[in-house]
Amino acid sequence: MTTTLLSRPSSDPKPKVTKKSKLNLYLGLLGSGFLFFAIAFHKVLPGFATLPLDTSSLTPFQNWLNTVSNWIGDNRTTNPLFTFFINIIRNFIDTFVIGIQNLISQAVGNNSSPLLGWFGLLVLFTYLAYVVTNFRIALLVAAGLVSLGLLGFWQESMDTLALTLAAVVLALIIGIPLGICAGLFPRFEKIITPLLDFAQVMPTFVYLTPVTLFFLIGPASATIVTMIYAVPPALRITAVALREVPWSSVEAAVSMGSTRAQALRKVQLPQAKRTIVVGINQTIMAALSMVTIAALIDAPGLGKVVIRALTSLDIGSSFQAGLGIVILAVILDRTTTAAASKVESEYSHAANQKSNRHRQSVMIGGAISLVAIVISRMYTWAGNFPGTGLLGRDIATFSDNATNWFQAHFVNVTNAITNGVSYGLLNPLQNLLTNSPWFVTGLAIVLLAAILGGMKLAGITTFCVLGILGTGLWSDTMATLASVLVASIATVAIGIIFGVWIGRSKRADQIIRPILDAGQVLPAFVYLVPFLGLFGATRFTAIMAAITYAAPAAIKLMADGIAGVPATITEAGIAAGSSRWQMIIKVQLPTARRALALSTNQGIIYVLAMVVVGGLVGAGGLGYLVVAGFAQINLTGKGLAAGLAIVLLGILLDRITQAAASRSTLSAR
Amino acid sequence: MFKLHKFRFGTTLMLVMSAITLSVPASSPAQAAACGTVNIADNAWVGYEANLAVVSYVLKKNLGCKVVIKNLSEQVSWQGFPTGQVDVILENWGHEELAAKYITKQKSAVDLGGTGNNGIIGWYVAPWMVAKYPGITDWKNLNKYASLFKTSESGSQGAFLDGDPSYVTNDAAIVKNLKLNYKVIFTGSEAALITSFRAAEKQKKPMIGYFFEPQWFLAEVPLAHVTLPAWTKGCDADPKTVACDYPPYPLNKVASTKFMNSGSPAVTVIKNFKWTNADQNSVAKSLAFSHLSDDAAAKIWVDAHPAMVKAWLGK
Repeated sequence: MTTTLLSRPSSDPKPKVTKKSKLNLYLGLLGSGFLFFAIAFHKVLPGFATLPLDTSSLTPFQNWLNTVSNWIGDNRTTNPLFTFFINIIRNFIDTFVIGIQNLISQAVGNNSSPLLGWFGLLVLFTYLAYVVTNFRIALLVAAGLVSLGLLGFWQESMDTLALTLAAVVLALIIGIPLGICAGLFPRFEKIITPLLDFAQVMPTFVYLTPVTLFFLIGPASATIVTMIYAVPPALRITAVALREVPWSSVEAAVSMGSTRAQALRKVQLPQAKRTIVVGINQTIMAALSMVTIAALIDAPGLGKVVIRALTSLDIGSSFQAGLGIVILAVILDRTTTAAASKVESEYSHAANQKSNRHRQSVMIGGAISLVAIVISRMYTWAGNFPGTGLLGRDIATFSDNATNWFQAHFVNVTNAITNGVSYGLLNPLQNLLTNSPWFVTGLAIVLLAAILGGMKLAGITTFCVLGILGTGLWSDTMATLASVLVASIATVAIGIIFGVWIGRSKRADQIIRPILDAGQVLPAFVYLVPFLGLFGATRFTAIMAAITYAAPAAIKLMADGIAGVPATITEAGIAAGSSRWQMIIKVQLPTARRALALSTNQGIIYVLAMVVVGGLVGAGGLGYLVVAGFAQINLTGKGLAAGLAIVLLGILLDRITQAAASRSTLSAR
Repeated sequence: MFKLHKFRFGTTLMLVMSAITLSVPASSPAQAAACGTVNIADNAWVGYEANLAVVSYVLKKNLGCKVVIKNLSEQVSWQGFPTGQVDVILENWGHEELAAKYITKQKSAVDLGGTGNNGIIGWYVAPWMVAKYPGITDWKNLNKYASLFKTSESGSQGAFLDGDPSYVTNDAAIVKNLKLNYKVIFTGSEAALITSFRAAEKQKKPMIGYFFEPQWFLAEVPLAHVTLPAWTKGCDADPKTVACDYPPYPLNKVASTKFMNSGSPAVTVIKNFKWTNADQNSVAKSLAFSHLSDDAAAKIWVDAHPAMVKAWLGK
């Protein structure tokens, strides 16, 4: 759901022709060199320069972060900067959110229902979906909304929707104009990119407490927390959208006498519209993925239900609420995606007049919506969704029973898997990374970067390695890196296998895609308890959670790539008499190399996003420190430092995989 | 044709808006003037939610207060005192550093005395182990059994599981200072800890970890308490040299100074609110096992204990 750190321009203009064998030689040398020194140091000087730090100890830097955070807390109510400037922002956002809540979710004054009752909203949303997309999607929206009511979560769903909409609207108001700037001025983009990386990779737990310190408890804080995560995709994709518009068409417009501003308005923006709508879609998905975490600072809606169910390990209720979030996501995703393709087809058939019949149905639909709204204000049955959730309890009981059954029958298998992966792969890797002196591992990383991306990348990675060192959390970072690597390898493997399958078969796509959607939007808190039951409080549970979240994105990107292999190429393969295997290995995978690279990069970034969740299920490392920093005032500084280390690790892995990616695409040519 | 749509969109929206504004009924006079609004923090564990359910039921039912429940983590709840966004925390576990900051230094909060519940923090083992491994509930025997507790996470040592980092723990120091051959695994959440104990009991797997009472889960799996060297005043003063058990934790209520000065009748009820571990457990069970709503669970208890409620109301 988050977009990509990758949507930056892949600006690597001059293809450097390197012999593949030479590269492999370098990599081989580097790998064996690293192993040699790592093991040599471990044998001769065990524990030398591995920089471990007790969980309760703090370095001076971490203490300093504590002091800063305390200072803000003490001055929040007295310093004029806070009381004046920040309060204005806070009041504005509060008013905006509460306005939307009064409209769709919260009863106003002495009324028993919000301004728009469920019946009115149902008809209105269905109608709006029809206007911006088509009849089929409108039906899907209607069915989705009704099932939210039947789950017993109408009001909670609308609260979630209200907050999401508020955050998305504000994120777009900020993100799209800045995205246009970034698309037009590469220098601006260069400045803003690290900030966006920061906003996307910095774990939410780290800024939850500071944000409530500044903006106090309430809708404003929840909205801002959501926006921090939702602005980057809007901004990045808008920038990409503008840059995708062929420069020749801008030049043509200018040569015909348009000013630069006119060219932007009349040529670039209309052509970029479709991709911008994709950006809106990604922004909505990013906002929805914050629903549960924002509930930790009193954001209303479905997230609250999930958190509360977690306290009594009530798998049924949390699954029920999680399903509500998935339904909302599917409604919003399908509507915006269909709207995007409609925008595109309307742009290409601009001259094509819509029939009168369509216009009539739009008008009639509007009238019906109005009537429905009036009805929903007049009758109680149409105001508050009747019943207490016809389906809800059944679904809860069913998921409870299913989990228990699975646990009772398969726990030996899952325990064996946990132990197999932990002893066979994870422990040796983690020992290697945490027991090697920092300069050996650090140097190996920088050299790897130099081989793959040259001096510039080596510079960036040096900065990241030294930064991680500066946070004082080298050992914890290495422990986290081990789990991240294992989860990433599994994610990429699953991405390739399922991606190829889905990419080659339309039927498989139709069956699997909704499951992938659910995997991406279902809050981790919902499946943590069942996973804990199966795999115990271990790093492996964290790895499984990370795969659940990251694999869908990797699969989707891979499938896109495979499906995008030109028919001419596959036909040539068939003509040459390739078997199905040969076709996949020799033709489709090599041609879809770029997609493979993208899917790998995104897989890793998504895995990193789950590091903190890992800290909640026994994985320790940086994730646990972030959680502990959120919970304990004297560890706040350490939590901030751990968040910083995660960001640096993220940038490091992102840049290195990107370099590897552009290398493989070049050598594929 | 997007433009045309936009136009229709706009008009429809405008029509809808005007329809709404026209049909909004005039609001009638507000109710519950005497008590007003009470903002209560809701920290995410069931025992807390039991206190919350009963107190807010009494405030609503007997005093006509408007109760606003705010789902917050503990640290963020305290942040709400100086800004007036949180009036009351109904079950506070220690948190000396927060008390020092908000009660002693800022004077934005006041200690409202005990809830009557006594928190016990300590080391526990899965109950099935007690019969099979004699003496396992005495710390002196723990090294003998350390290899039982070995997992993929603990290397050559036994695994000792810790829970939610918001709770007070000295476990790493205790393990070190008592020279126990164990490694503390930070599971990071109460959910992880409870699930692990539940699975250990069901699958008869060895497990030792940190736990606390009162807790609804003990009604499901009665964990066996391990005795550590007894707590004496000051034995845990230096977190680095702790080698003794946890002190008893009398749980207390904390309120904002603003709320205390507001003259609301709710202040009396919250000040007087006091009950036993058994009371809390009975409400917690209704919430966690029977999935009752807060009000339904509270009503059962309140109807059965009219005298106690009367005392809280100061009658």
